[in-house]
Amino acid sequence: MKFYRSHVLFAIDNDSLQSGVKEIEAALKMELDKKHLSDEINVLETGGLGYFGTGVSMVVFPDQLTYVNLKKEHIPEIVSEHFLKGRPVTRLLLNPSLARKYDYKYQGRIVLDNSGKINPENIEDYIGVGGYEAWEKALLNMKPEEIVKEVESSGLRGRGGAGFPTGLKWKFTAPLKAEQKYLVVNADEGEPGTFKDRLIMEGDPHKLIEGIMIASYAVGASKAFIYIRGEYKLCIHRLELAIQQAKNLGLLGKNIFNTGFDLDIKIKIGAGAYVCGEETALIESMEGNRGTPRFKPPFPGVEGAWQKPTVVNNVETISNVPAIIKNGADWYKNFGVNGCYGTKVYTIMGDVKFPGLCEVNMGTPLRTIIEEFGGGMINGKKFKAALVGGAAGVFLSDELLDVKMDFNSLQEYAAVLGSGAILVMNDTVDMVDMLWSVLRFFRHESCGKCNPCSKGNTVLFKLIDGIRWGKGKESDLDEMIKVSRAMKETSLCALGQSPYMPISSAINNFRADFLKRLK
Amino acid sequence: MYEKIFEKYSPEKENLIYILHDIQDSNPQNYVSEEAVQAVSEYLDIPVSHIYGVLTFYTMYSTKPRGKNVIRLCESPPCFLKGSENILKKLRQLLGVRIGETTEDGLFTLELCACLGVCGNAPAMMINDDVYGDLNEEKVEQIIANIKARS
Repeated sequence: MKFYRSHVLFAIDNDSLQSGVKEIEAALKMELDKKHLSDEINVLETGGLGYFGTGVSMVVFPDQLTYVNLKKEHIPEIVSEHFLKGRPVTRLLLNPSLARKYDYKYQGRIVLDNSGKINPENIEDYIGVGGYEAWEKALLNMKPEEIVKEVESSGLRGRGGAGFPTGLKWKFTAPLKAEQKYLVVNADEGEPGTFKDRLIMEGDPHKLIEGIMIASYAVGASKAFIYIRGEYKLCIHRLELAIQQAKNLGLLGKNIFNTGFDLDIKIKIGAGAYVCGEETALIESMEGNRGTPRFKPPFPGVEGAWQKPTVVNNVETISNVPAIIKNGADWYKNFGVNGCYGTKVYTIMGDVKFPGLCEVNMGTPLRTIIEEFGGGMINGKKFKAALVGGAAGVFLSDELLDVKMDFNSLQEYAAVLGSGAILVMNDTVDMVDMLWSVLRFFRHESCGKCNPCSKGNTVLFKLIDGIRWGKGKESDLDEMIKVSRAMKETSLCALGQSPYMPISSAINNFRADFLKRLK
Repeated sequence: MYEKIFEKYSPEKENLIYILHDIQDSNPQNYVSEEAVQAVSEYLDIPVSHIYGVLTFYTMYSTKPRGKNVIRLCESPPCFLKGSENILKKLRQLLGVRIGETTEDGLFTLELCACLGVCGNAPAMMINDDVYGDLNEEKVEQIIANIKARS
């Protein structure tokens, strides 16, 4: 193995590709060559670093300094000053407060601990940081029921939105006798404001693959699918590569490690439908049908894909599994509070200084997330509201800024953690407009299978549209709450049950905005 | 003419979504024609009605000819908050089309779509496979001009 004085990692994601990262990377390699530094400085690629609007970024190790908004013309200066003379070009570095935000130790990362540090397209990088040790431990030293028990006692709950206990889900399916069982990873990330799964998959695809291996073994599935939305081209590419590399090393395939356990992982691509994030709709789509939800029961754990027992888990949930198996449930419980353990990946956006993502302990207050990780409000504006949990989430006012972000604490305020999206709005934003946008989304995405949802969302949009254009009456507000409550009680799936949350929270917490618009 | 695509997939219904993706991508007008639906129906031995059901359900497919470049502007709440309505106005003015329409030269089709998962760069849009973020009116003008100059 070759040793280098320094490693330089370019963040390769949609943002940086658009800003010409490949060209700049080539320029750096050429410049290093010219200065005879190619044997001392290693240039690598990694996934997105988690901050946005910074164009091409590059991290230098071991200094752990990040250059942002790089242009080709900066390269000669960086090479001669930093790499040759050891003087970082400070004016091009990420500003210190944002850099602190991305201090991995400070964030206590589990899911994203490797993102931005390893090359996601190289399995050896992953193995080098302890990757696939959990898979080895699980397959060679643990019985499937022991794995299920470990995950259950870790308290891990689904990170896709509903927060169902993962161990319990596995426990339903694991003991079933069936000729075929399936594990499906839900990577159809469509909740507005959510892009955590994309960054997990782009940054550390092998962690997801390792989690799938352990989960499949635990529930007895010999086939696993990753159902991913068609727009996530870079994720699809990196996952395909990861699967191939794992196969080449014998970590996947037939008779793995001579244990007699077979596992095959396939990628299934969606075609654009929010409702396919619902697990039974996702299964329908995988089978080649319209992605409409099924009646439950039977639940997928008993009768899912092709009528076989099927466990469906979110990307972030599965990506927590390797660390739990490697370090144990007790270790995992060091993170989090209030009966909710582990970390949560949030995406912060809207009127904040630094939109992006962070992974913090369960129970971190909303204020901390917005101020420390989002950098606070942009342009000196005042905070007005945060839509937490995506379109199916809740509009929170400043009174709830100190609420702890975990499943149980939020429930006390009739709010949800949902997918972990936090959309921040300043005091110039009108809640009528925002609710209008949310309800337009639901009207468009309703699949049309059940009446309460398809008719209800049309009615709701008509009402909010009327209010937005000054034709509404005060009784329309009660009507919206009444209709959405009926939908909550009677709709087939979570889509139709969701509008009640944003509607009731927007009207109750920001009633003045609505009254202003009435005729 | 679809044999090349069919060869890649066994004739099972679960492959329908892939086959339709490939057919649409191979069509210069970015859509799935009636004739293609017929061929798929024969290959997979499933009714034409099922295929149309699937085609019209998912937003990435089109049953009508579209432009060479399909613009999908995100209209979800995070992009809406960051001014996607102004971007829409700008695009309509630049292209002279309404939502769902194709420019006369066949270069662009303007569509709206739900969250693309790049909300850190809102407002955002996709043109074919490329994502464009942090849009403002000048940037949109430049992107459209660049594509026009390339074709």
